[in-house]
Amino acid sequence: MSSNAVVAGSAAGKPSEAEQDPTIKTMTMNFGPQHPAAHGVLRMVMEMNGEVIERIDPHIGLLHRGTEKLIEYKTYMQAIPYFDRLDYVAPMCQEHAFVRAAEKLLGIEAPERAQYIRTLFDELTRILNHLLNVPAYAMDVGAMTPMLWAFEEREKLMEFYEGVCGARMHAAYYRVGGVHQDMPADMPEKILAWADAFPKFMDDMEELLTENRIFKQRSVDIGVITAEEALAWGMTGPVLRGSGVAWDLRKAQPYAMYERMDFDIPVGKNGDCYSRYLVRVEEMRQSLKIIKQCLEQIKEGPVLTEDGKVAPPRRGEMKRSMEALIHHFKLYTEGFHVPEGETYTAIEAPKGEFGVYLVADGTNKPYRCKIRAPGFAHLQAMDHVCRGHMLADSVAILGAFDIVFGEIDR
Amino acid sequence: MADLFQGVWWSGYALPALTVVVYIFAITVPLLVAVAYLTYAERKVIGWMQLRKGPNVVGPMGLFQPFADGLKLFLKETVIPSGANRVLFIIAPVLTFILAMIAWAVIPFDEGWVLADINVGVLYLFAVSSLGVYGIIIAGWASNSKYAFLGALRSAAQMVSYEVSIGFVLVSVLLCVGSLNLSHIVTAQQTIWFAIPLLPMFVIFIISALAETNRAPFDLPEAEAELVSGYNVEYSAMAFALFFLGEYANMILMSGMTVVLFLGGWLPPLDIAPFNWIPGVVWFALKVAFVLFIFLWVRATFPRFRYDQLMRLGWKVFLPFSMAWVVLTAGVLIAFGWLPTPA
Repeated sequence: MSSNAVVAGSAAGKPSEAEQDPTIKTMTMNFGPQHPAAHGVLRMVMEMNGEVIERIDPHIGLLHRGTEKLIEYKTYMQAIPYFDRLDYVAPMCQEHAFVRAAEKLLGIEAPERAQYIRTLFDELTRILNHLLNVPAYAMDVGAMTPMLWAFEEREKLMEFYEGVCGARMHAAYYRVGGVHQDMPADMPEKILAWADAFPKFMDDMEELLTENRIFKQRSVDIGVITAEEALAWGMTGPVLRGSGVAWDLRKAQPYAMYERMDFDIPVGKNGDCYSRYLVRVEEMRQSLKIIKQCLEQIKEGPVLTEDGKVAPPRRGEMKRSMEALIHHFKLYTEGFHVPEGETYTAIEAPKGEFGVYLVADGTNKPYRCKIRAPGFAHLQAMDHVCRGHMLADSVAILGAFDIVFGEIDR
Repeated sequence: MADLFQGVWWSGYALPALTVVVYIFAITVPLLVAVAYLTYAERKVIGWMQLRKGPNVVGPMGLFQPFADGLKLFLKETVIPSGANRVLFIIAPVLTFILAMIAWAVIPFDEGWVLADINVGVLYLFAVSSLGVYGIIIAGWASNSKYAFLGALRSAAQMVSYEVSIGFVLVSVLLCVGSLNLSHIVTAQQTIWFAIPLLPMFVIFIISALAETNRAPFDLPEAEAELVSGYNVEYSAMAFALFFLGEYANMILMSGMTVVLFLGGWLPPLDIAPFNWIPGVVWFALKVAFVLFIFLWVRATFPRFRYDQLMRLGWKVFLPFSMAWVVLTAGVLIAFGWLPTPA
């Protein structure tokens, strides 16, 4: 296995045959945007010497929807659903980044129960994301069965989404100051039952992949990124941890209820695709641990701040209180005003550090909302990582980067 | 009119030709039906392995699905890309399909059930399956598309590489039989199927058969994740269907070869009462179905090899190993005086 990597790696260093001889031309190939392994709408222009990649030029922007600009014309609450539509594989984590940024500018905190619910659903989302990425990666290297198995499990997770907010994907569940509504009474029970059954599925899936010789041949020593390179390229999340850097915002800058959770950060050794795969698999198991702790520790209480200037009043209150009615009217027409200020608030999304740089000018709409998508930083390293690898490896590397175009093109 | 059916013309030429045509239809028609239902079986078996249902709408349990698919392809327009070489573009699928069909001439389905009982049956099979690569490489070249071209190159390299190790596997079987006639190879397995004494060769043959037919985990030429669909990416309608039929007929052919060479052809597993009541052709079909199941099972289980890994496996692992095994087989046969007497 390692000998293959030496062959693949050596081509990157010295000038290739095609570069030395001016009469030999490299072949330019268009990979995507309509390509089954392009993970959406990526287009890569590849310069190839036979099957070996000399240069990759990723072209992005085919899914650009102008999210950041649109948010400038929306009130803070209207902006939340846009975050579901960035990385549509892990919606709730991104809402979390935005509502935390807004809370920071407002100087309010969500109540404890809401924080627990956010932690719980962040971790469910992490599993939801990895359940797509790990089998999608397997599919990129040619194994198709894990994908179909994992979709069965994803469906169950989406039912939890549906249970709390009514939508399977684009939840819009988190609110500035808490979450929209409390979980249904039987939700903890359902999640626990699922959490007990889930390790069996994980074992089944790992059986197909982890020790599979072909899978290892396709992953080990492919797309190696050293710790320094990973930091220099701005990589975060499982890609950075796969390179051996134990950096996780949940531990480094704990938010929500992560401080009270007991979990480990899996770290890879080699920084290759296989390490990234292993890190993701272990992260799912750790997430399961956090989910169980959340369900144990969570207590009854409000799920949305009582501050009537930010959160809408309860329905019953509106029938009795004039002030509540006014609050409701103001919130749903004008929205709340956020005092002048700026913040960069990041959370550990399943793909890495997802940050929101929010500038408020004291009105009801953000002055600027810059979004830091982890996938963008990963994708920019494609050319660097893929050089000297074969065509088939570029697909594997792309899969292991966990690219979703909603967040990259925004 | 009456004397048309008399004389040397009739009994010497026309009647034999007519019989051969009837025989050919008797082989190809069931074969095409088998190909149709192999696609159905593939979708069903892999579906079950992946916790889905597979085709279940067209006809009872989806049994008419292959015909619906065939009809759809038949009614579609054959699009020829403007940059393509029109003649070669059409010839390629035809060639693939024909080669997949004519190989069946020498396969014995039961004792004496063979169209051409020639003494160089193995060599004929080997030659025909080697020619199969032309269909693919012509398709890749004539399409004038980069994906198709890369797919064709991969395929050509792959099929050639694995043919070499298949050749040595064949040699070790031939050493044990002393004949190139496929029927003799089957009857030589009366006492014991070659899969048992030549187990490593059997395994190599099955893996090489996967590579030879471009099936997972060696489906590089049509690697969906990389080359979209490989050499047949520009094909549509019947031209595509011919590739498809050819590929699946080749799968059945390689399974048939496995059965003839290693699993005792039409012979029952044990030559005792309930087993030898069943006709040999049924045993043959059952064994072929079993080998085909392995093909499908593998496809649902394994990831795909990379191009250089596949070459390494073929040239650096299988080739030396099968060569060594040929020497070993020959040595054992000579040392114990088990060399077969020429028939």
